[in-house]
Amino acid sequence: MLTITRDLHDKIVAHARADHPDEACGVIAGPAGSDRPERFIAMENAERSPTFYRFDSTEQFRVWRDMDDNDEEPVVIYHSHTATEAYPSRTDISYASEPQAHYVLVSTRDDNDTEFRSYRILEGVVTEEPVSVVE
Amino acid sequence: MAIEVRIPTILRTYTDGAKQVEGSGSTLAELFSDLDQRHGGLRERLVDANGLRRFVNVYLNDEDVRFMSGLDTPVKDGDTVTVLPAVAGGSR
Repeated sequence: MLTITRDLHDKIVAHARADHPDEACGVIAGPAGSDRPERFIAMENAERSPTFYRFDSTEQFRVWRDMDDNDEEPVVIYHSHTATEAYPSRTDISYASEPQAHYVLVSTRDDNDTEFRSYRILEGVVTEEPVSVVE
Repeated sequence: MAIEVRIPTILRTYTDGAKQVEGSGSTLAELFSDLDQRHGGLRERLVDANGLRRFVNVYLNDEDVRFMSGLDTPVKDGDTVTVLPAVAGGSR
């Protein structure tokens, strides 16, 4: 299960809405081993595309180094789908390589209602998990 | 002195859990071959017939080697090489 604060949940949704119709992406870091997302980091989508995202490699290097220095890890890795459901695509699955991360997908295909779902992706196997939003 | 190589979580199965290993070589390609002698299988996760695999980012000190000379990038003692999984995907 992913437990996430309302504030961080809303930040992901706001980022996805702001970048629509392009895909938005980012990370929420948390203390290593805690499974607690705490520090929100919106990343640039180097592809600026409605169907693909990729972290800018130089930005990723800095963010990953900062996490390492702070004894943090990527607890949540999120991105948006802007015309399809919030379910991992084959491309998402083939790239997923942080075994401890919650992969959050949001869909902005509906103007009013944002789908927000979370998955574990381990060695090509996708497992959806419940999301608990806490105040 | 040696070249320090930082290994991401997903590849630590090849390094007995170590976050950091050391190697030698005059180019990145040589360094990866050297590492593979002690950490069998690691090289194949980083490199394929076309060069660096698209699923990984490799940095020499703090620069992406794709913006340098890829596997031919020269390396030397005292350098730090960092491997990170590329984070990418999309709706297709």
